[in-house]
Amino acid sequence: MNANILTELSRLLGADRVLTQREDLLTYAFDGTPILNEIPGCVVFPDSTEQISTILKLANEQRVPVVTRGSGTGLSGGSLPVPGCIVLCTVKMDRILNVDPANLTALVEPGVITMKLDEAAQPHGLFYPPDPGSMKISTLGGNVANNSGGLRGLKYGVTRDYVMALDVVLANGDILKTGTACVKDVAGYYLKDIFIGSEGTLGVITKILLKLVPKPKARKTMLATYSTMQAAAETVSAIIAQKIIPCTLEFLDRTTIRCVEDYAKIGLPLDVEALLLMETDGHPVVVEEEAAAMSRIAKENGAVAVTVARDNEEATRLASARRSAFSALARVAPTTILEDATVPRSHLAEMIGFIQKTAEKYKVKIGTFGHMGDGNLHPTFLTDERNTDEIHRVEQAFTEIFEKAVALGGTITGEHGVGLAKKKFLPLVTGPVGLGIHKQLKQMFDPNGILNPGKMF
Amino acid sequence: MSHSVSENFLKDLDYSVVQQCMHCGMCLPTCPTYDATKRESASPRGRIALMRAVADGKLEATKAFGDEMYFCLGCLACETACPAGVDYANLFEMARAETERVGALANPKRNLIRKFLLRWLFFSRARLRLVGRLLWIYQKLGLQTFVRKSGLMRLAPKQLRELEPLSPTVCNHFTPLGYHSEFRNPQSAIRNRRVGVLAGCVADLTFSDVNMDTIFVLEQNGCEVFVPAGQECCGSLHGHNGEWEMAKALARKNLDAFDVHVLDAIIINAAGCGSHMRHYDRLLEDDPAYLERAKLWSEKVRDISEYLVEIGFRKPAGKMNSKTRLTYHEACHLVHGQKSRSSRGHCSQRFRDMRWWNCPRQRGVVAAREFTTSPNPRWRRNCRRGKSSTSPPPGPSWWRRPTPAASSRS
Ligand SMILES: Cc1cc2nc3c(=O)[nH]c(=O)nc-3n(C[C@H](O)[C@H](O)[C@H](O)COP(=O)(O)OP(=O)(O)OC[C@H]3O[C@@H](n4cnc5c(N)ncnc54)[C@H](O)[C@@H]3O)c2cc1C
Ligand code: SF4
Ligand code: SF4
Repeated sequence: MNANILTELSRLLGADRVLTQREDLLTYAFDGTPILNEIPGCVVFPDSTEQISTILKLANEQRVPVVTRGSGTGLSGGSLPVPGCIVLCTVKMDRILNVDPANLTALVEPGVITMKLDEAAQPHGLFYPPDPGSMKISTLGGNVANNSGGLRGLKYGVTRDYVMALDVVLANGDILKTGTACVKDVAGYYLKDIFIGSEGTLGVITKILLKLVPKPKARKTMLATYSTMQAAAETVSAIIAQKIIPCTLEFLDRTTIRCVEDYAKIGLPLDVEALLLMETDGHPVVVEEEAAAMSRIAKENGAVAVTVARDNEEATRLASARRSAFSALARVAPTTILEDATVPRSHLAEMIGFIQKTAEKYKVKIGTFGHMGDGNLHPTFLTDERNTDEIHRVEQAFTEIFEKAVALGGTITGEHGVGLAKKKFLPLVTGPVGLGIHKQLKQMFDPNGILNPGKMF
Repeated sequence: MSHSVSENFLKDLDYSVVQQCMHCGMCLPTCPTYDATKRESASPRGRIALMRAVADGKLEATKAFGDEMYFCLGCLACETACPAGVDYANLFEMARAETERVGALANPKRNLIRKFLLRWLFFSRARLRLVGRLLWIYQKLGLQTFVRKSGLMRLAPKQLRELEPLSPTVCNHFTPLGYHSEFRNPQSAIRNRRVGVLAGCVADLTFSDVNMDTIFVLEQNGCEVFVPAGQECCGSLHGHNGEWEMAKALARKNLDAFDVHVLDAIIINAAGCGSHMRHYDRLLEDDPAYLERAKLWSEKVRDISEYLVEIGFRKPAGKMNSKTRLTYHEACHLVHGQKSRSSRGHCSQRFRDMRWWNCPRQRGVVAAREFTTSPNPRWRRNCRRGKSSTSPPPGPSWWRRPTPAASSRS
């Protein structure tokens, strides 16, 4: 990397906030995505919006690419470095600036860990609903940039539904403030929305005003087990068709159940084909009613057994076990490639069947889990990156799965973003007109293409 | 793991161990060094990436690599947190062994200290006891008090000055090696069990009272206790510091001293030692003469607190002062290294009629001790930075005790 830039960065941030040693750079060469690996030019840890503005100004003048990174748990290669880039890591900007119970908001820096915000909201009787599987370590900046979902998405929506205002540093160093603390605000285009899910390609988010929600008074968690995956999928469609919106309807298949149990040891049944983790929350009376109805619907749709979590502690244990699903699958294979196909909920059973058939057709092993209530499945290929022949079959299989999802009116990614991993497939969803607009927007915000170049499209 | 001198420890490791990490980052929030620095290279995921780079031949075990491996506290919190089942303990030992093999951190001062500690002092109980006696004299004759009061310490180098107040008090007696209990409790309903007790190295000098308590409690619970002569340090210090061959030699000595065929359990009251002892099978996997015994040994190793729960201990009959408060401190290596979690819940259940105090989140206790007492300047520097989450819980110096006290007195 150009020595002048490094000197300039060290002068601005202090030498200990600029990493250039090979042993350091190697550890930023990847995110949570399998196989992808690329060593950056340097890694910097800014502390303020102003510092980020100066860094971007410098990078823009010198045409040095900048890849923003939170905790690097992304699953589409979004924060993967490009050669010779500056990795701008936000983890040291981790202050919760305020929690405002009067307005039900919180103002945070982008490096705040998702769960820390929820913990800070709890004493006020509030909570922050988006709870991705990675919430113990993912950053809120990363959540916004990927518009992450979570286990409670069905009822509470995704990150986008909670972002009220943003401070964003643009490629030329300008600082944009967009959005307000008002519940209603129609002054001009809704610029903040463009940055939600922008994957670090349009600007660097440096402050986030988030909406908080009163904590529900009661919740009830249940486990339903099935002897076929289709039956679980049909249960989900039936619950929604009966106009019940639980907060969680999570699904695990046999392979995933085994891996999760192997790790978490919470006594999941091992002799079933599928399992649904169901949760409803809200007013105690409504919770009771809904839980009873969900249990009944599950049984009507072929559930072998429905059990209710004894207490909050057990409910939390079940949810965290579910959160470990993806990583736990790595127990059975050296490389796990997880996909994120999403379909309208009425097509869930069909999609599940298709995934099974595709796995058989290409002779690849798959473990599937996901946010079934959102129609968001994570078929995970259990493979070995050193087996090139198998990796090739895996690629063929997921191409077919994506095409099927889109044909059913779904999408290639429900929550993990496009990044590098799904870039090839984006046109399937956007069509040529949509893709053109993407490119124009990028050109307008970042004419020199320094922000996370080569990602998304 | 038979390594001749020229091989690369990480390259020789089964690749699946290196490849197991899928870099999801779920371990990061549990790691004290990541918490303090927020740098990937000081995180489990980053360290594993570096190890893999060495295994892949993309990186030499450089000084920076070695520094990172020694900055790791070996607390194994990451191993418990990892859903993917990464064998961090194994990786970490191999990474340090590789660092030592290539001499990445070698310098005359360090070499001398290591030689003195690992090869000379901790390799022989006789020498350790000799030094223990000298330290005891220093303390008993009031020399320590004199040195502290007179301000003589001000003349000592800064590192020694910082460490001196933490030097543990040497007990009056060592653990009775060669001890064999007459079975004292024939009325007990519990089946007579035969157990061997490992006295440890530092524990033998500074916590021999705890060792005595351990023996006493075991006997009170119907166990016939053996404290075989000829036993040595468990070798964890050597294993964790990259001295693989010495760790093996010590393991062999212990296997010679304890009759694993006859004993029902090998009891240890220091969690870090127990954690290492459970892996004698792996340590000696290429040694046909010892492997069979090593496997039995690994199966039979138990932490004292775990074993008491396992055999259903008898609650002490005596009366406890009503003001006494009890707690149970779960040692990092017990929870993460030995994966033994049952004792805490069990104890709080059994002693619920007493004043029980639930020890707050325990993570970072080892970390706090390492950070504040380590001669490694980076630890101390980072400690000041990462104070909030790694500072020890309040309470009179309890965190300064090594784990034996905590686990055996619970
Ligand atoms: C075990 C596991 C479970 C997961 N479960 C879920 C889940 O349930 N739901 C879900 O949606 N995702 C999930 N993910 C994916 C991932 O955790 C989320 O995408 C998360 O939001 C990424 O946050 P991060 O801080 O790690 O961001 P990174 O991975 O570091 O970055 C992600 C993207 O955001 C950009 N970015 C980061 N910070 C900023 C910023 N301040 N300004 C601009 N751009 C920025 C980066 O450039 C990159 O493109 C999971 C991942 C793992 C490993
Ligand atoms: S060690 Fe385990 S938890 Fe940590 S990054 Fe690797 S796979 Fe994930
Ligand atoms: S052993 Fe402890 S210090 Fe070392 S990487 Fe794991 S959690 Fe971090």
